[in-house]
Amino acid sequence: MEQSFLEFQNVSFQYREDSPVVLDDVSIQVNQNEWVAVIGHNGSGKSTMAKLMNGLLFPNEGHVYVDGLKLSDENIWEIRRKVGMVFQNPDNQFVGTTVKDDVAFGLENHGIPREEMIKRIAHSLKAVGMEEYEDHEPHRLSGGQKQRVAIASVLAVAPSMIILDEATAMLDPKGRKEIMHTVNQVRQERDVSVVTITHDLNEVTLADRVIVMNKGNVWFEGTPRELFEQKGDLQSIGLDIPLVSKFAHELKELGLNVNKQPLNHEELMDELWTLHSTM
Amino acid sequence: MNSSMVIGQYVPGDSPVHHMDPRAKITIIFFFVIVVFFANSVASYGALALFALLSVGVTKIPPRFIAKGLKPVWFLIIFTFILHLVVTKEGNVLFSVLGFDVYSGALIQGVAISLRFFLLILITSLLTLTTTPIAITDAIESILHPLKRIKFPVHELALMMSISLRFIPTLMQETEKISKAQASRGVDFRTGPIKERLKAIVPLLVPLFVSAFKRAEELAMAMEARGYQGGEGRTKLRELALRKIDYMVLVLFTFVIIAVFLTRA
Amino acid sequence: MDITFDNVSYIYQPNSPFEHRALENLSFQIPSGSFVAVIGHTGSGKSTLIQHLNGLLAPTHGSVTIGDVMLQAGSKPKNLKALRKQVGVVFQYPEHQLFEETIEKDISFGPLNFGVQEEEIKQRVQETIEAVGLSSDMLERSPFDLSGGQMRRVAIAGVLAMNPRVLVLDEPTAGLDPKGQREIMDMFYKLHHEKNLTTVHVTHSMEDALAYADYVIVMHNGHMYMQGKPLEVFKEKEALNKVGLDVPEIIELTTKMNKRFGLSLEYKKQSVEELAAEAAHKLKGGSV
Ligand SMILES: Nc1ncnc2c1ncn2[C@@H]1O[C@H](COP(=O)(O)OP(=O)(O)OP(=O)(O)O)[C@@H](O)[C@H]1O
Ligand SMILES: Nc1ncnc2c1ncn2[C@@H]1O[C@H](COP(=O)(O)OP(=O)(O)OP(=O)(O)O)[C@@H](O)[C@H]1O
Ligand SMILES: [Mg+2]
Ligand SMILES: [Mg+2]
Repeated sequence: MEQSFLEFQNVSFQYREDSPVVLDDVSIQVNQNEWVAVIGHNGSGKSTMAKLMNGLLFPNEGHVYVDGLKLSDENIWEIRRKVGMVFQNPDNQFVGTTVKDDVAFGLENHGIPREEMIKRIAHSLKAVGMEEYEDHEPHRLSGGQKQRVAIASVLAVAPSMIILDEATAMLDPKGRKEIMHTVNQVRQERDVSVVTITHDLNEVTLADRVIVMNKGNVWFEGTPRELFEQKGDLQSIGLDIPLVSKFAHELKELGLNVNKQPLNHEELMDELWTLHSTM
Repeated sequence: MNSSMVIGQYVPGDSPVHHMDPRAKITIIFFFVIVVFFANSVASYGALALFALLSVGVTKIPPRFIAKGLKPVWFLIIFTFILHLVVTKEGNVLFSVLGFDVYSGALIQGVAISLRFFLLILITSLLTLTTTPIAITDAIESILHPLKRIKFPVHELALMMSISLRFIPTLMQETEKISKAQASRGVDFRTGPIKERLKAIVPLLVPLFVSAFKRAEELAMAMEARGYQGGEGRTKLRELALRKIDYMVLVLFTFVIIAVFLTRA
Repeated sequence: MDITFDNVSYIYQPNSPFEHRALENLSFQIPSGSFVAVIGHTGSGKSTLIQHLNGLLAPTHGSVTIGDVMLQAGSKPKNLKALRKQVGVVFQYPEHQLFEETIEKDISFGPLNFGVQEEEIKQRVQETIEAVGLSSDMLERSPFDLSGGQMRRVAIAGVLAMNPRVLVLDEPTAGLDPKGQREIMDMFYKLHHEKNLTTVHVTHSMEDALAYADYVIVMHNGHMYMQGKPLEVFKEKEALNKVGLDVPEIIELTTKMNKRFGLSLEYKKQSVEELAAEAAHKLKGGSV
């Protein structure tokens, strides 16, 4: 059995007593080294969920466990060190006046000695391919570059889990690809769990598992393949399925028996090839 | 982008002045500013001017660039000079212009005061020309460090300064963006009676405040998520260290001070 | 209104160390009533281009003509207000421009500035709030008490209420969920046809450019890199890849199918359903 790293047990949350319930009895888990994508319509509670994962918010009911620790006032700093977070707006999370200073910020907060800091800054900037920009000021970087620095800043602290809350939303397609590439690379090099919150369906296909939120409830939990087998339902909650899945659905209805729900062009093609050669 | 012109006009360089510890630079400027007011003879002014010009020369920053930076204050310097000519009535009448008698004492005082003013501006702008804003912030934090004992929030102050520096370009871009959006909706910021133009500022200021607050909120959240919990127990990447060059310049400057006091009239 | 760019160059902060050539020798024509998509990587000059359409920027060289207003390098533009009344611009994240106490006042702001009569404004507010898919019960509420997607809609309504002849959209759907994106784009498309507007749409989505535009302009480093009908432009996969762009996924998929199975499917804006049917037919029949 895989080891769970983070767990929500019957978590409910509302911002104020008189405001609506944003998360309603949510129970989920994220395993070690797992990549989980979270999707859902605007306002479905995704960001709120992310903030509960590292103690930026506390549940009104239920419990949050991180690496075996129950989230509480005493251990939030320890938990924040284990769970790093990259936010949507690249501008509003850049604290330092230069790239180097920004990566240092988190390390300084955790009291890492200077010698160690210098090593880690170099290492993590290299991991995201920004080592040549050490002394650049933020307003001279593109959005995608800023987000890569944000990821480097999180990596430098050596967390066990990274949350990306729509970290690619404000980027152009190239910037998005860069970030996804960076995330993939990081996963190969280190033991980290990754949670990506996104509206981009093609990002979802890369994850090990998907959680779909709808109006503060977990609407679906499973692999991307399982998710995209159900077409109409996803559209009814304001989402959609990727083009390949749509295409496969159509072919199936036309009597071409595509067995395995394809997640990308290659898989679709391979499925069809098997069929084609037996026809 | 025009932003870099606003944050002091730091000119990157490799001169000894650039490499000095910002605390040493600030200390020297502090005393320079005081000592200038003690100068009252040709020799004492000369010593200070020599020191200032030598410093400028060492930085290798084109004088043209420095002169451009001083542009706004030329007016003040000239104004002070003329004011003295007109107001002071000491010594002999040298000549008269437009019915005003110009006294010899006035001329001397005018030159002295203007020179004083010029040196002050020159030496302080040398700091911003050769030091990044963040290094200045670090230096201020370090110099104010002793005040921590009396619970003065030194670290917070420095952090606030560096964050403001960080966000000036961002907010300037934002201002431009919003004013363009409102201009597209028919707001005219440039023409019309003053009252109308003042009214046109509301659609600019409200969104700007809203967005600044939102940014501050998100930034605070991001800082917290990255483990920021105040100055306690933090280590620092940027370390200030006084080196040989700093001691040498400090000693040199001490001689200048001594020279000024010895040559006072 | 017809739009013509004639040898337009734009330089930010000319004669300074920060000088930047954002547009170079740009010439093209947009006939009245067309829906044009402008695509290109970040920093390629798209936003600079569209700011010429309502005189927020005037060309450093060359001239821009919109209807009967001409912006020419070196001469002070006249009739700017008249131009802005006719050209509505929806900027990126337009919700950042909201400022009034109520939604109604914010939507009325543009028309009021352009001297539209009060009666007329009332009517336009009603029309536009419905057009953007919000209910008119909300008019008295503060625009700041809304969700991000709703704020976006109010801001868009504020531009539509000016009743522009030309609609300029700078990535109007960024950050919305898939349904929200589709709804907003469908709304613009509908308005474009109903009101016979000229629409210029800056987008990073090749899918949207293909689905809605009847003409595509591809920018690269301030130059016009390519232009043409979407189906023609998106044939040039290699050329597009070279400047950091892609072809729409459905075209990519069609090409790949043809290659792998030796088919001769041709993509000409059919729906996914139709394309799948064609593919299935060819695959089953074995007839190539
Ligand atoms: N600080 C806050 N105070 C009060 N209500 C809030 C606050 N932040 C969010 N909400 C509300 O909580 C609900 C869930 O918001 P949340 O930000 O978690 O949604 P989301 O799924 O991340 O949406 P999006 O896709 O737009 O980012 C929304 O109805 C929102 O209006
Ligand atoms: N106010 C300005 N001052 C100086 N340079 C600018 C200014 N605005 C934009 N630029 C520069 O002009 C170039 C074109 O910018 P523009 O905003 O038109 O690009 P874009 O294609 O809209 O990019 P994006 O997809 O990121 O929105 C960029 O290199 C940019 O840095
Ligand atoms: Mg969110
Ligand atoms: Mg742009």
